[in-house]
Amino acid sequence: MGLLLFGVAKDIAGQSILTLPEGITTVGELKSWLLATYPGLQQLNSLMIAVNREYAVDNQPIATSDEIAVIPPVSGG
Amino acid sequence: MDVLLKIEPEITIQEALDFIHSPACGGEVVFTGKVRNDTKGRAVTKLFYESYREMAISEMQKIADDVAMQWDIKKIAMLHAIGDKYPGDIAVVVAVSSIHRGIAFDACEYAIDTLKARVPIWKKEFFADGTII
Repeated sequence: MGLLLFGVAKDIAGQSILTLPEGITTVGELKSWLLATYPGLQQLNSLMIAVNREYAVDNQPIATSDEIAVIPPVSGG
Repeated sequence: MDVLLKIEPEITIQEALDFIHSPACGGEVVFTGKVRNDTKGRAVTKLFYESYREMAISEMQKIADDVAMQWDIKKIAMLHAIGDKYPGDIAVVVAVSSIHRGIAFDACEYAIDTLKARVPIWKKEFFADGTII
């Protein structure tokens, strides 16, 4: 279902949706790939991943059928 | 507990108040977050808010669920604006009603603090000097 990007993460990647790269099977692997592919993300205070609209921990498995989102530090209010 | 959640370009304090009114409730607490014209000494011309809407509504519902577990709140409204917002505009409204005032203050503070910490909404700040953060 693709990888959704929001806020400053979208600006750093230059895209609002990416394809989940092959071979990535956990949230932690995805974070490592994102930080290596888009080094600008390393400047953020936090980088969370949501899987199917829930905040996810690093060892959570992910698949292309999941709705995955890259969540930079939130700043509502 | 009755819950009103909304993420829309236009929100009003009145709709939150209208929702939380109840003849059973003697206490109503409303928090309004507004766009400031200054961030750390720099003039702000506007903010742009975006959300991950589906997840944001889901996280707001969790906050409402937490409120219902902790306090005897009768009604809660959480509204957040999106899009371009200018100094003086309303960015967020949290309103709660309960039989007495004490828990309404506590629940309202918990709800806005948690909203700001967890709900996937982002602002971009546009400054008078042309920079954007």
